[in-house]
Amino acid sequence: MTPTVKNHSHHISRQFNADLEEVKKHMLEMGGLVEKQLQDAINAIADADSALGSRVIEQDSIVDAMEVSIDEECNLILARRQPAASDLRLVLAIIKTVRDLERIGDEASKIAKSGVKLSERGEFPNGVAEFRQLGNRVKKMVNMALDAFTRYDTESALSIAMEDSDVDNEYSSAMRSAINLMTDNPDLISKVLNLLWAFRALERIGDHAKNICEHVVYLVAGTDIRHEDLATVATKMRPTSD
Amino acid sequence: MPNDIQDPAEPPMGKNRVEFSANYLKREKTVSNNSTDDNCLVVKGLNLFYAKTKQALIDVNLKIPRKRVTAFIGPSGCGKSSLLRCFNRMNDLIDDCVIKGKIYLDEEDIYAKKVDVADLRRRVGMVFQKPNPFPKSVYENVAYGLRIQGINSKRVLDEVVENSLISAALWGEVKDRLHDNALGLSGGQQQRLVIARTIAVEPEVLLLDEPASALDPISTLKIEELINQLKESYTILIVTHNMQQAARVSDYTAFMHMGNMVEYDQTDTLFTNPSLKQTEDYITGRYG
Repeated sequence: MTPTVKNHSHHISRQFNADLEEVKKHMLEMGGLVEKQLQDAINAIADADSALGSRVIEQDSIVDAMEVSIDEECNLILARRQPAASDLRLVLAIIKTVRDLERIGDEASKIAKSGVKLSERGEFPNGVAEFRQLGNRVKKMVNMALDAFTRYDTESALSIAMEDSDVDNEYSSAMRSAINLMTDNPDLISKVLNLLWAFRALERIGDHAKNICEHVVYLVAGTDIRHEDLATVATKMRPTSD
Repeated sequence: MPNDIQDPAEPPMGKNRVEFSANYLKREKTVSNNSTDDNCLVVKGLNLFYAKTKQALIDVNLKIPRKRVTAFIGPSGCGKSSLLRCFNRMNDLIDDCVIKGKIYLDEEDIYAKKVDVADLRRRVGMVFQKPNPFPKSVYENVAYGLRIQGINSKRVLDEVVENSLISAALWGEVKDRLHDNALGLSGGQQQRLVIARTIAVEPEVLLLDEPASALDPISTLKIEELINQLKESYTILIVTHNMQQAARVSDYTAFMHMGNMVEYDQTDTLFTNPSLKQTEDYITGRYG
């Protein structure tokens, strides 16, 4: 049976409803903070704002603390309620998503570090515009993955997950231009490398957004689609998804 | 046998899910290898009425695999105990209880006229919620079934009593007090003694009706551990209100509601991803 947002809160025990709602709310709050961290980290590079970058690095500890506290809440639910079926999948999906969010937070602070270094050295290499573009795209993926989680929307989760291969391609092409740039201008190497690491962090964030989408499918359909070909999964899922 | 009977290895509701992912296909296969062909009990179109007006079971069809644990869950009054009692014809003892449909034990109709009910109840043993040892010694409790069969050889009885108590994981605790009164044992020990008494007559099927619900958590775990060992030799059917217990001990689970068999599937599937909303609502404690 496929759970929906509405009937997921129809437990006889109101306290159980409240506990699940609460932990879901905290996960989304953490998601909101992580999105903001990511946006700030991207701006730190795109606007050469080292103060903003430093703030992102500082605030990563808040994201870490949220991970620990949400995990704790999930532990308590598992111990007290022994949830089954979609409730169990919800708790597991939250545990996994929170882990991915924490990693996105880490990647955002790596981007912020690159931003701080780049702005300290003044002049930016080429590629900042491309970086901002890919950054916005990845940030949108994270945002939509969390949105799919709130709405239990497997269709949109799958289509967001499939975008990850485009992100990978864009990362590869950024890497190729970076290599050319470094070959032609050896004095730019350390700057270009800093930017390249930021690109790499974006690529990783894309992977984590994809993971979150997979957790949504697991939560709603009960099927683990990790390591499976997403196009095949999509064709198989459509007839059963309604 | 007709094909419309629910078979846990090929759940009709789970078809989409099976095709959905390669992992499911793999899992499905490993189970069907050892269960599809060897069903111990087959229930076909079973209807049960109490006093003509009250129907307790409505057209129940299912196959119960041999040497596996099958759990029956559902709210009070859903018919799970009534169904369990059909398997050794305990309902025969109730006046104006009418049973229609067939139950086959090893392809033999247990409601056929020629069936010797006493022999059926030897083959299909039953253990109840409240331990019910006889007010005799531990030894005589276990030997009872053999004695009424006319077996009195001390050598044979000693051996069967020891083996049954070992199988019931009770031997170590009672071997020095075999001739003490069984009513002096603790509740958990009494329940294991009753299980030893049941398996002493070498049944094929064990029916357990809430076997652990009157026991403390440790005794409950011992019974669950025992069920796990016993399934190597017996087909076990268990009725339980403790859903975590059903999830822990059983291979297959049947969810019943108002006399209907709602969903019957592998326990792992039923407790993580049931096909029907009604099942999901019950196992997750929702009001639907």
